[in-house]
Amino acid sequence: MALIQSEHRRSEEIPADRLSREDPKRAAGKIAIFQYLTVAVFVFLISGFWKLQVQNPDVYSEAAEHNRIKSTPVLAPRGKILDRDGRVIVDNKASYSLLLNREQIKPEHLPAIADALQLDYGDLAGKIRRMGNRPQIIIKDQLTRDEIAWVESHQDASAYPEMQIIRAWRRQYPQDGFAAHVIGYVGEINESELDSPQFIDYHQGDIIGKDGLERQYDQTLRGVDGQQRVLVDNMGHERQVENAQEAVPGKDLRTTLDLDLQAVAELSMEEKRGSVVALDPRNGAVLAMVSRPTFDPNKFTGRISRTDWNEIANDPHKPLMNRAIQAQLAPGSTFKPIMAIAGLETSVIDDETHFHCPGGASFYGHYFACHLKHGHGDIELHRAIAQSCDVFFYNVGNRLGIDRIAQYGELAGIGHKTGIDLPNETQGTMPSSKWKLRMFRQKWYAGETISVSIGQGAVTVSPLQIAAALGGLGAGGRWYKPHLIESDHPVLLRKGNFNPENLQKVIAGMYGVVNEGGTGRAAYMPGIKVCGKTGTAQLASSDVTKGAKLGSALANNAWFVGFAPMDNPEIVVVALFENAEESYNAVPIVRDVLKAYFDKKAREGKPLPENQTVRLNPVFKFFSDPAPAMLRPYVQPGASR
Amino acid sequence: MAVYRPVRDLDWPLLIVTLALCTLGILQIYSATVGTKWQDAWWKQILWVATGLGMMWVASMLDYHALLGRVFYFYIGCLGLLIATAVIGNRVFGSTRWIKVAGFTLQTSEFVKIVLILLVAKFLTDIKSETLDWRDLLKLTAYVGLPTLLVMKQPDLGTSLTYIPILVCGVLMAGLRWKYLLIISGILLFTLPIGHHFLKPYQKDRLVSFINPDRDPKGTGFQVIQSRIAVGNGGMWGRGAKESSQTHLGFLPVPQTDFIFSSFAEEHGFVGIVIALVLYFLLIMQVVQNAQTATDRAGLYVCMGVAALLLFHVLVNVGMVIGRMPVTGIPLPLMSSGGSNTWSVFLMLGLVNSVRLRRFVN
Repeated sequence: MALIQSEHRRSEEIPADRLSREDPKRAAGKIAIFQYLTVAVFVFLISGFWKLQVQNPDVYSEAAEHNRIKSTPVLAPRGKILDRDGRVIVDNKASYSLLLNREQIKPEHLPAIADALQLDYGDLAGKIRRMGNRPQIIIKDQLTRDEIAWVESHQDASAYPEMQIIRAWRRQYPQDGFAAHVIGYVGEINESELDSPQFIDYHQGDIIGKDGLERQYDQTLRGVDGQQRVLVDNMGHERQVENAQEAVPGKDLRTTLDLDLQAVAELSMEEKRGSVVALDPRNGAVLAMVSRPTFDPNKFTGRISRTDWNEIANDPHKPLMNRAIQAQLAPGSTFKPIMAIAGLETSVIDDETHFHCPGGASFYGHYFACHLKHGHGDIELHRAIAQSCDVFFYNVGNRLGIDRIAQYGELAGIGHKTGIDLPNETQGTMPSSKWKLRMFRQKWYAGETISVSIGQGAVTVSPLQIAAALGGLGAGGRWYKPHLIESDHPVLLRKGNFNPENLQKVIAGMYGVVNEGGTGRAAYMPGIKVCGKTGTAQLASSDVTKGAKLGSALANNAWFVGFAPMDNPEIVVVALFENAEESYNAVPIVRDVLKAYFDKKAREGKPLPENQTVRLNPVFKFFSDPAPAMLRPYVQPGASR
Repeated sequence: MAVYRPVRDLDWPLLIVTLALCTLGILQIYSATVGTKWQDAWWKQILWVATGLGMMWVASMLDYHALLGRVFYFYIGCLGLLIATAVIGNRVFGSTRWIKVAGFTLQTSEFVKIVLILLVAKFLTDIKSETLDWRDLLKLTAYVGLPTLLVMKQPDLGTSLTYIPILVCGVLMAGLRWKYLLIISGILLFTLPIGHHFLKPYQKDRLVSFINPDRDPKGTGFQVIQSRIAVGNGGMWGRGAKESSQTHLGFLPVPQTDFIFSSFAEEHGFVGIVIALVLYFLLIMQVVQNAQTATDRAGLYVCMGVAALLLFHVLVNVGMVIGRMPVTGIPLPLMSSGGSNTWSVFLMLGLVNSVRLRRFVN
C-alpha cells in the first residue's frame, strides 16, 4: 500500500502540463484504483470462504456426510414354515425392493418415479405421507430386471437420488393356493393392526403375517432387520459398506402338518367347496387342513395391488375364509354319536332300546321326517348309528331334553373355540335353554330339541370342531387342544368319565357305518378298521339367503367324519363338501386321506423298491418347477416315464 | 534497444509466485483425480507447465513493440482461427471450442486473449488525444466485440466474457470522460435484459441458479450447492489431501478443472485458500507493478490487460466456487488442469516480462 500511496504523491507533484500521453506515469492514479479494486476482490473472496469454512462449518460437513453416507436397512428373512418331517412349505426368495430416502424426496420427482415403476401416484404419495416417521420407505417389491436398470440409471445425484435398491426377501408360497388358509400370508401392517396389542412393537410399513400361521407366529417368524451405512458416490453407487449391524433371520416354524396328507386332501377337494381337516386325536396335532375355494397367497406377498385385493375380497365364495375353523354349519347326522353317548351315559336308552321308524314321527304337533322315506322299521342303537336313523335320535333327544344334550355337546367341544393356534376361529353354537334365554330372551320349546337331536336347528359347528369332537370320543373321551406347532405337552382340554362299555357301543355303531353296509361304506379299507359318521345337513337358516344369492340350489352340505383304527385311533379326518346334496359324496375324500396316512405309515423307514412305479404325488402341480426338495426323495430316476 | 538482457532481470518474484501456484495446482490435480479416469491429468499438467515456461521465455525475449507492430496480422489470424474452429473444430458437450493441431487439442479462444491484449494496447497507444472520443471507443469495441461474438457463438459464454475486462481496463486506463462512463453504464443497464433474451436456456438456468441455488438443487444449482458443501466441509484446516469426500465421491463435477479450487478448499481448508489467494494477489500485484514501471504506455496497457484478465479469472472462478458468481465455466489460471489456458497464461506472463526487460530502454 505504501507503494500505491507514493505513486499518488508523485503524480500530484508533477505539473500536469509537462505530461504527455506517452508518459506512463499519467495512469498512476488509475492503476491505484485497479489495485484497490484487486484488494476489494480478494477481501470479497476470502470473506466468502470465511463464512463457509469458519463461521458455520458444521452445516456443510453434515451436508457432505449426508451426500455420501446412506443408512440402509438390511432386511432379515422370515423364518421358513416346515412340515412335520422338516420339508419346506414356505420359503423365501431373494428379490430386490426399491426404497426412497425421505430426506432426499422431492415431491416433483414422484410422478416420474411412479410412472416408471407403474405405481399409482396417489397411492405412492399417500404412502409417503402416511409413513411420516420412517427415514426410508419401501415403495416397490420384486423389482423386475428392467425396473432395476431404470433405477440404476436414474439414481445419480442429479436425477432421483432418493431412490435406493435393497435386497429383500420375497415370501414364496406353494402354487395354486396349497394350504393357503392354514399358512396365511404376509402384508403391510395396517392402521387397525398398529393399534392392536399384538403388534405393539411394530411400525408403519412393517411386513407382518396377516392370517393363518404367518400371523399367529409372526413374532417367531419375523427376524430383526439390520442396518448398513453405505458410502455412495454421486451416481448413487455403493463404494463401501460400513458398520453393518447384522440382520437376525426369523426362526423356522416346524408345523404338525404332513405335506403328503395335505396334498392328498388338497387334491380330493379340487373343484369343490368345503373343507378337510385331519387331526391326531391322541394329542390334537393337525396333520392337514384344507379350505376351498382357495386363493394364491403369492399375490399377497408384500404389497398387494388394490385391484387384486378387491377381486379376492369381494368374491362371493369368500376364498379368504378358512372354512376349517370359520365355517358355522349344521353338523347334521355327524352329531348323532354325541347324542348316542349322552343317551347311554344318562341311561335314557341302552343298547336294547328299540324305536319304530316308519319314515317319520310326530312330536309336539309337528311331523319330523326320517331321511329314509320308507323308514328303518324297528331299530336299535347300533343300526341307528350305522343307518343314521333320524327317528331313533328324535326319540333319544326327546328323552334327554336340550340341556342334557348341551352338556354332552359342550363336553365334546361344540359351542366352544377349540383353541387352535390360528387367528379368528369361530366358536359355533351349542343351543341350550340358557343360551336361548341369553340370546333371544325366550323360553326353550321342547319341539326345538327334536331338530337339535339330529344336528340341525340352532346347532352349528366348524369342521375342526366336529373332527375334534368325534376324534376325542373315539380316543376314549379325551379331548386335546388342536394345534399346528409341534409340542411335547399336548393340552388335555376335557375328559369324559364315560362307562367304557357305553363308549364302545357308540364306536361300534360308527364302525358299522363303514364296515356293515352303513352310510359310510365307501370309506371301507381292507385291513384297517375305519369308523365314521356321515352327515347330510340342511343349510342353516342364516345361510338360506346366502345360498340364494350364489344362485346355487340350497343343496345340503355333505359331511363325513372318519377315524382309524377303531381301537386307539391315530387319525381323525373330517370332510365338509358344501352343497354336495348327499353325504356319501364326502366319504371318499376322507377315505383318500386315511389311505394316504396308512400307506405312508406302512412304507415308513422302508426304501422304495427299485423298480416300483412311484405314483408321483400330484402335489407337484402346487409347486413351481423344479421339483421342490421335499419331494425329491420320492422321485426315482426314470420313475416318471 | 539494448541487446543484452540478463536472466537476472527477469521478474523473479513473479516467476516464483507463478511456480508456487502451478505446484499447488499439480498437487491438487493429483489429489483430486487419483483413482479416476483422469488420473494422469497431473503429469500432463507438468508437461503443460514445463512447455509453458519455455513459451514464456520465448515471449519475454521478443520485443513487445515488434509484436504490437504486427498486431493487425495477429488479429486477422485469430479471427481466421476462430472461424476455422467453428468449421473443423471438435464438438464436445454441444459446443465447438477445440481444434486439433499436431496431436494437441487446443482451445483457440484462449489464445485470442493474448492478441486482444496486444490489440487494445496498440490501439490505445496510437491515439494521441487526451481522452478517447466516441469514434475510437466504438472502433475498439467493434475490434474486441467481433471475436467475442464468435466465441459466444461456439457457444462459450465464459471465455467470451473474459475479453470484456481487457477492453474495459484498457479504456479506463486510457482515460474516459465521466460523461461517457455514465452514458455507457446507462446503456448497459437498459440492454442487459434484452441480452438475457438471447442467452441459451442452460445459460439462463445458470443465472437463475446463481441467484437462488436451492430452487433446483439437483439441476443447474447442483454444482453450486455441491461446491459450497465441499468448501464448507473443508473447515478451518481442511480434510487433508485425498481425504475429501465431496471430491472423491464425485459430488464435485470435474474437480481438476473449473472446480479445482473447491476441491482445494475441501482438502486444505480456510488456511489453505488464504495462502493460495495471497499468492494470486501477489501475482496480480506483481503484474501491476510491471505496469507501473513500464517504459511507455504500450507496456502499461499490455501489463494492465494481463492483470485485469487474471483478476477477472480469479474473481469469477473462485467466486463461482463459493456461490458468489454464476457458473460460467472458466478455469482458474495456473491451477486448473488444461493445456490451452496454461499456455496462454504463461504467454501473457512472458509479455509482462518482455515489458519488464525493456523498462530501462529509452
